[in-house]
Parts: sequence; structure tokens; C-alpha cells
Amino acid sequence: MASLELRGVVKRYREATVIHGVDLAFERGEFIVFVGPSGCGKSTLLRIICGLESASEGDILIDGARVNEVPAAQRGLAMVFQSYALYPHMTVYQNLAFGLENIGTPKAEIAAKINEAARMLRLEQYLQRRPAALSGGQRQRVAIGRAIVREPRIFLFDEPLSNLDAELRVQMRAEIAQLHDRLGTSMVYVTHDQVEAMTMADRIVVLRAGRVEQVGTPLDLYNRPANAFVAGFIGTPRMNFLKGRIAATDGGLAVALDGTGGIIRTEAALRELAVGAPVTIGIRPEHVALGHKGLNDVSFTVGHSEQLGGATTLFFPEPGFAVQLPGQVPARRGEGMGLNLPPERVHVFDSDDKALPLGQTRPAPPIITQPAA
Amino acid sequence: MTRLRAILFATRGRGRLDWADWVSYLYLALGLVVMFGPVLWLVLSSFKTEAGLIEFPPRLLPYEQAHAAVAGYPKLLPLYEITAGEMKGNKLAEIRRIGLQAQMVDPAQPEQIVRIPTQDRTPVRELRFAWGNYTELMGRFNFGTYLWNSVFITVVATLITLLINSMAAFALSKYSFRGRDTTFLLILATLMIPPTIVLVPNFFIAASLGLVNSLWGVIWPGVATPTGVFLLRQYMLTIPDDLIDAARMDHASEWRIYWRIILPLTAPALAVLAIFSVMWRWNEFLWPMVVLNKSETFTLQLALNSFQGELTTSWNYLLAMTVLTLLPVTVIFALLQRYITQGIASSGVK
Repeated sequence: MASLELRGVVKRYREATVIHGVDLAFERGEFIVFVGPSGCGKSTLLRIICGLESASEGDILIDGARVNEVPAAQRGLAMVFQSYALYPHMTVYQNLAFGLENIGTPKAEIAAKINEAARMLRLEQYLQRRPAALSGGQRQRVAIGRAIVREPRIFLFDEPLSNLDAELRVQMRAEIAQLHDRLGTSMVYVTHDQVEAMTMADRIVVLRAGRVEQVGTPLDLYNRPANAFVAGFIGTPRMNFLKGRIAATDGGLAVALDGTGGIIRTEAALRELAVGAPVTIGIRPEHVALGHKGLNDVSFTVGHSEQLGGATTLFFPEPGFAVQLPGQVPARRGEGMGLNLPPERVHVFDSDDKALPLGQTRPAPPIITQPAA
Repeated sequence: MTRLRAILFATRGRGRLDWADWVSYLYLALGLVVMFGPVLWLVLSSFKTEAGLIEFPPRLLPYEQAHAAVAGYPKLLPLYEITAGEMKGNKLAEIRRIGLQAQMVDPAQPEQIVRIPTQDRTPVRELRFAWGNYTELMGRFNFGTYLWNSVFITVVATLITLLINSMAAFALSKYSFRGRDTTFLLILATLMIPPTIVLVPNFFIAASLGLVNSLWGVIWPGVATPTGVFLLRQYMLTIPDDLIDAARMDHASEWRIYWRIILPLTAPALAVLAIFSVMWRWNEFLWPMVVLNKSETFTLQLALNSFQGELTTSWNYLLAMTVLTLLPVTVIFALLQRYITQGIASSGVK
């Protein structure tokens, strides 16, 4: 268990800067997820933490001690690689033992540790097999076992589930979460999958192009995204965005949508924006209600729809809008449909895509699932 | 066995021979004769006696005149078949020859001597392998020494070659440092220098290091090969870097990463290089001839060369020794050719 801190970390490859000054601080025992689209620098940041890459600028502190110059092996971290990086010519047992042998652990102790890890990960009967003879999920567990036997201060996971099929991914997600509960060790987990981030993290770090966009608990990010990027990245289906201009500022911000000219009332705080300034409003598909209610009503033409049984997703190609409704909603292509955007659910982003703060009085809205209509 | 049958009797047409089959098989047969014929002739000739070798017209198989033991005569007597006269069809042994007449005897009736004109008989021939070419070789020449020298050079040089080339390949494929690509290009560029050009400078270096007439003088100059470095580097590039990162996280030193992770995973390419190296070293001729001048340091190839005297050449021994020299590489190649194609294919070397 250890705390981790990054101060002004910058990474440059020749001319290209891939990490632009990242400041982060994590508590002991926290499960932190770095999430972002591919190429956002999340893996690089992880490799800087574990010491496989060096930071061009800035400090990395583990338990308050600067470790920039400490080689990877001595930082007391263990990493699970996306490709698992199991040694293909060694048996599972040898794979687990390699790291311990290298630091001169006595044989009996190695055997005890491996047996314990194997029991925890249900790998006992595979110890004499080579990685090639294991399934994807088993390989994944061996890779985690290799990290466990070293009893690291912090576990690092680099997209560990991306090579597994969907079902196994859900299962391994739960196993890693359980492992975190049982060991209590700090974990840093990198993924591009926001569902993994939402389900596993104590706190999520959203990265884009080498910059931290937002840090917060999963529901924080969902409820109060700091900008349009985080708002779009967190949550499925993606948040809808509609462009417009500020129409009125009295009694909450009102936005006139481009094209239709419909007025959307919101509860966003004004800040210093003037009437006529371009803004983007965002609303999550699951927050849109069916039917007109007299305020914040819009009408779109249905494109295609996805019937999931428990929920229905409707897509409106013009203006690129999705709605997720609970239950089974019949909809035909080409049918016009009236929709309502509840004001308390509407996010407003300024021309720099920054979110306008929501009204002071309003608490984070709980998500209420309505019974099927 | 059935697979071999399938290969040998494969046809393009279904069940019968297509014109393409005729052409293919003819072409393959021609290739077989051209490439394998001389080898076959060499092997068969190595079983002929000296007299058998200079016989005209030459025969493919080692035929010798048959001899028979006759009671009352201490030596074996050569057998002849009588072609004319009243004894026609009999096989008689020759006691002695006087001019155009020969005194002969029927092995069944040793006491009765007959005179036969020499034109009325032909030698009886039988297939006989002159194993003596091989057995006498061991005692007559320093064959054991030559063999040991060749084996020593081949084995030691191959081991050192594998070690040095794989270390270079590891650095060139898995470390990034300034000038890495330049270094690699320089190493490859040495392929463009013909060995004969550097023969004399190499000899001066070897001489000044006191390596002349030492087996190490043959071994050292050739242990770093651009081909080997290239082959191994290309193969090592396919080993994921994650493995090395994982090993670093596992407290492995760089040497341990090389020894425990990289080398075992490069085994297929190492096998290819080992085969190449064995063949190069075993057949190497020019450089050993320059460095090794004393006969006790000769390799088999040099010994073969020295067999061809200015006045006489013992062709029967020379051929036997040539066969012995060919054997090890042939066996190695036959057993390991699968790895050669595999390794070459996987390291991207064409």
C-alpha cells in the first residue's frame, strides 16, 4: 500500500510532447483508472510511473519519496501488461517464480508464495503448463499472479482486459475488483473502455492528448463533467450535443438551438457570457423523456432504433441525436417524435467546450429509472 | 511412408500423367542426376582399389577380379572364365603367366594344371567394396588429428559465433542508442568486402597476435559474421518488448534478460545460424590454408589438399577421406533442414 503523486510530469520524444504537465495525487489503497481514447498518453504515463520510461520533467513520488532515478525493479511496483507478457518458454510456475528468483528468495518461500497466489487465482492445476496451453482468461490470471507474488506497493494494469472476449471481460473485471478489496493495495489501471473505468474505479482520471481533463469519482464525472470531452467520453450511449446561442439570461440560461430555433431552458449558471454567444448544450440519451411537456420540447424524425428488451435506443439522424428509453418503445423509421429535455438534465458548454457550472442550489441529480410505459 | 509415396507419385492430372507432370518429373530427374550424380560417383569410387580407379572404361560400381583359394597354393589365385577351346565355360584360376600362355588350374582339381592362351579367357569380376580405403586411412595418415582439428574449430567457433552474434543482435534490436542504425549498417556493409581483399591484412594481424599455426587463429577472425547478426537481429525484433519490460520489472539484470529470456526465445534463429556456421567452418579452406602451415594443425580440408602430391596421388584414400569429410555436414543438413527453412522464413531473410 502506498500513495502516489505526480508533479508537473512532462514527456517529450524529440520534438513531440506527449504528456503536458500532469499533476495528480492518489491516496493509499485507492483504485485509480486512467481512461482516454487511444494515443492520449495514458499508457505512457503508466510506464513513467513504473519506471520503464523516464519523465522529461517533473517528479514522481511514491509514499512521498521522489523515485525518478530509481530503476523500475526497485520501485516496488508490479505491472500487468496488455499482452500479458508471459515468458512463453517457461511454465506458469517458472513465470511466477522468475521475479522472486532474481531477488534471491529462498526456494521454499517462492513455492509458498506461488501456491498461495495460485490458490487465490484458481491456477493450481495449470502450474506446469506453458502459457501457450492456457486460455486468454487463464493467461490474464497468470499475469496478475506474477504481480501478486511480488507483493508490490502499487499494482499497475495496462489495458489488461482488452484481449479478452466480452463475457470474460465482465468476469475478470469483477475478479480484479475483488482482488483490490482483498489486498487493499493501491492500483492504477489504464483502459480506453469507459465502462471498465466506471465500474471499477474509486476515482477516474480522464486524459486527452497528454492532458488531464478531469479527475473524480465515476458519478462525479457522469453528473458534472468538466467539459464536453469528458461529457461525451463517459456514459453510453454518448451524450447528445446540440449547438445554439444564448437567447436569454434571466431565470436560468436559455439557449436558442441553431436550425430549429427552439428555446431550451437550463439551470446552468450564467458566468460572463452575453446573449448571442455560441454555446453547446448536452443531454444524455437516458435523460431525454418521451412526449411534449410544454417546456424544452423538440421534435425529430426517427432513423433507426435498437430494441434491447429492457431499454430502447432511438436514433435521430437529423441533428444526430440519440434517446434511450426504458422498456420497449415501438418506433417506425421516418416517424416524427416529440421529445422533452428536462432543464435540470441539460449541460451547457461554452465555445471552448468548458462546462458552465450548474445552478448552486441543485444537488447532483439522482438517476431515476422510470417503469416501462 | 505413405506421405513419401504421396510425394513421389504426386500428379497434376487425376490418376494419370499430365504433360506438366512429364515436364516436372523430367526436370526434377535432371536436377537429381546433375546434383546427386557426382556425389554418388564419389561415394562409389571411394570403395574402389587404386587399380579399380584407373581402369578404362570406368565403371560406376566397384568391380574387382574374383580370387579363389586353391589347395596347394599359399596365395589367392585370380579367377578367369575360359571363352574358347575345350575348357570353354569353366572358371579356372591362374597360377602364372608365361608370354601368351597361362598356366591355370581348376580349383576343384588342384593337381591338374592346364595351359590356356591368354586371348581365350576373360577375368571373372565380382562386386567388392574396398573397405581398406577407410580402415587403412585411420592408421596411415594423421586422420585422427585432422578430424580433431576440424571438429574443434567447427564446434568452438560455432559456439563463440552464436554467443557474440546474439549479443550484438540483442543490443541492435532491443536497445535504442545513438548511432545504432549506423552501427548496424556498418556491420552489414562488411558483406560487400570480398574476403580475399582482407586476406593479407587479416594474416598480418593474426601473425602479430601469434596466432599462426594455432587453431585459434582460424577461429577468431570469423566469429563475428554480418549474416549472423542480421539473421538474429531480424528474429529478435519479433520478440515483444513487453517481455523485456516485464523481466525488468521482475528484477532481472540485463544479462539475465539476455540469457534467460532472449536466448531461449531466439532458439529457432540460433539453430539456423548454428547450421550455417557448422557448414562454413567445416568447409572453410582458404583462411585455414593461410594460417595453418604445419601438418599437425591441418584441418580435414587442408589434409585433403595435401594428399594431392606433386608426383603421386593416392586417389583411393583421397576419395575415402572426401566422403568422410562430406558426411558430417550432410547429416547435419539432412536432420536440420526443417529448421533452416523455418528460421529463415521467420526471420524475414530471403
